[in-house]
Amino acid sequence: MSHDNSSPDFLQHHFHDVDQQYETAKLGMWAFILTEVLTFGGLFVAYVVYRSWYPEMFVGANLLLDVNKGLLNTIVLITSSLTMVLAVWAIQQKKQKLSLFMLIATFLFAFMFLGIKYLEYSHKFEVGQLPGEYYSYMGPEIAHLNNPHIFFSIYFIMTGLHGLHVAIGMGLIAWLIYATAKGNLHSKYYTPMEMIGIFWHLVDLIWIYLFPLFYLI
Amino acid sequence: MAENQKQNYLTHPKGIMSWLLTLDHKRIGLMYLLGGIIFFFLGGLLALGMRLELAAPGNDFMSNETYNNVYTLHGAIMIFLFIIPAIPGALGNMLLPLMLGAKDVAFPRLNLASFYIYTLGALFVVYTIISGGVDTGWTFYTPYSTTSTSNVIPMTMGIFIIGFSSILTGLNFIATIHKMRIPGLTWYKLPLFVWALYGTSLVQITATPVIAITMVLLILERLLGIGIFDPALGGDPVLYQHFFWFYSHPAVYIMILPAFGIISEIIPVHSRKKIWGYKFIAFSTLSIAFIGFLVWGHHMFTSGQSVFSQIVFSFITYFVGIPTGVKIFSWILTMYKGQVSFTPPMLYALSFLFLFTIGGLTGIFLGAVALDIHLHDTYFVVAHFHYVMQGGTIIAFLGGLHHWWPKTMGTMYNQTVASICCLGVFLGFNGTFFPQFLLGLRGMPRRYATYDPQYAELHNYSSFWSGILGLSIFIAIMNLLWSLRKSNKLDPGTNPWGAMTLEWTHTSSPPHPHNFEKDPVLEHGPYDYDKVVVEPTFKK
Repeated sequence: MSHDNSSPDFLQHHFHDVDQQYETAKLGMWAFILTEVLTFGGLFVAYVVYRSWYPEMFVGANLLLDVNKGLLNTIVLITSSLTMVLAVWAIQQKKQKLSLFMLIATFLFAFMFLGIKYLEYSHKFEVGQLPGEYYSYMGPEIAHLNNPHIFFSIYFIMTGLHGLHVAIGMGLIAWLIYATAKGNLHSKYYTPMEMIGIFWHLVDLIWIYLFPLFYLI
Repeated sequence: MAENQKQNYLTHPKGIMSWLLTLDHKRIGLMYLLGGIIFFFLGGLLALGMRLELAAPGNDFMSNETYNNVYTLHGAIMIFLFIIPAIPGALGNMLLPLMLGAKDVAFPRLNLASFYIYTLGALFVVYTIISGGVDTGWTFYTPYSTTSTSNVIPMTMGIFIIGFSSILTGLNFIATIHKMRIPGLTWYKLPLFVWALYGTSLVQITATPVIAITMVLLILERLLGIGIFDPALGGDPVLYQHFFWFYSHPAVYIMILPAFGIISEIIPVHSRKKIWGYKFIAFSTLSIAFIGFLVWGHHMFTSGQSVFSQIVFSFITYFVGIPTGVKIFSWILTMYKGQVSFTPPMLYALSFLFLFTIGGLTGIFLGAVALDIHLHDTYFVVAHFHYVMQGGTIIAFLGGLHHWWPKTMGTMYNQTVASICCLGVFLGFNGTFFPQFLLGLRGMPRRYATYDPQYAELHNYSSFWSGILGLSIFIAIMNLLWSLRKSNKLDPGTNPWGAMTLEWTHTSSPPHPHNFEKDPVLEHGPYDYDKVVVEPTFKK
């Protein structure tokens, strides 16, 4: 029973107006981001606990990771965050095509990230630097250290969960590409793009913590 | 117009698919209610099975292994499948948008999704039961849970999945409360049930992710031996307890805060008096939600933490008593010089005040480190827990069910039968659990199928009354269901208790499919019994 004369088709029936719908989506998304932070928070606590239990082992084991690939992935992911912002900016400016281009770029960067991650993982699998009981690597750099399997457990769980988020993000961005190409998203209604953008920045932000914690220190 | 008035969400639209794919919060609420009641029944049967075994010393009906399975499943089902989802999922879903004057929750599709996620998690639990059960206790403590040969993985997987349902419901409610209120319905004009749901939702979205990731780590520990919780692999089993209680203590407030909300609605309505200390009750909800995050260590006084941590956790634990006391006294002062009518919902609310106070006070015993060293893992803990969870939450849930039944279903149950059942629940509950305080003080440990004959008398007494308790709850629910027969329809304008919140004053019973026929306009606060007269109306 809204007194609004214009009731656009993207307005869901239970909202009074477009503003209310937008504000609600945004609040919901931020609440969701909070839950994501806490999910990873549990794992960060595990990291801190075991780093303080086995400080030498952590310092020794992180040398086994490939810093160059990690750095490259950091650059790739930060760039993808930029293209994501530009996609949202472009659609606000009614630059539909530019927005579409930026979304595709974001998707490709995400794909690249997972590709590099795949190369890293497969190398670790080959040499037996695996989580938990499957750990078998006994190289000279690590032979004198206790429980290196715990480092790799935490490494695989945290980067694996992060990788899962990248994959889910790719699915969402693919849907955005489809919706933008079809014209369902436009300068008057781009809420899903902005929300998925927030999610994508979170994925980026988590990696920005993971990279130094595992590769650098 | 007359046709239109008869339309309600129960009958419109029709067909099974219109229920399974509904986006209507009221129908989703009813589906949650059905799911919750089924698991309540199942968990209750397991409890009665335990009491039967414990009626006499020795293994009379069950082997020790069976008994381990039964108490684990009882705990896990009651907590994860009934108490946590029941009040927010059923009553919260049903009432929140109505109380706000909204057409629906903020994200109706997400709401339906969280119901199906709950169902999926429940299927995992059912699978666990069919495939032989799990024997670790509902807390899944490591290292036993990483070495037990029972079905730990499907069970914890189920809990992991149900966690998402809980998170999404909380998220949905927060967005709804912030953004879906009608104009003029400011924070201090909200019914206190809404405040309670808000506090609950905050805890749900901040605590539940931690249990989710903990369950994942536990599953990975069993599958890959990741060495995080398993001491044999260099891990720390106490870390598991920290993770677990970081969620599960706040989860206690996920379970009890909505119950506080229900009591805050029932007492002023059935006393026909403005609630005493509205802002105190509202903010005590938020402070309980906050303090609840800082006390998890009191579950671990005997599992290896420093004396300093013990003292700090014990000290903070006492703080929970302050906002809780504020609530209890406010409710009592609300009744003072009110027109108290002893309706079934009010009888449940009064039982709640009595039982929850005992539960809360015995919590202070357990919060003291020195006493806890003696009392931990005894029946004293079992009794305390049940006084809070059953005497508190489930009693409030039953009270809420009786309070809003005419609103949601449009029928009135037999009030005499309901009152007798409430008395039966009250007596049966005390008869079952009060002896367990004494058993605990005398040293009877929890989680044993057999015991020394010196405990036989109290155990026998407890088992006898548990039968009365079970029977009373069963009849109470049957009484509600029996009211649904066709001849029993109430007039859509019915407001049997003379309540003044929007769900009673601005929509029919049962409500219209879109909640309100026209946008409601707020005329008064939720408890303005001193300013406005809303007469109880009750006709067939």
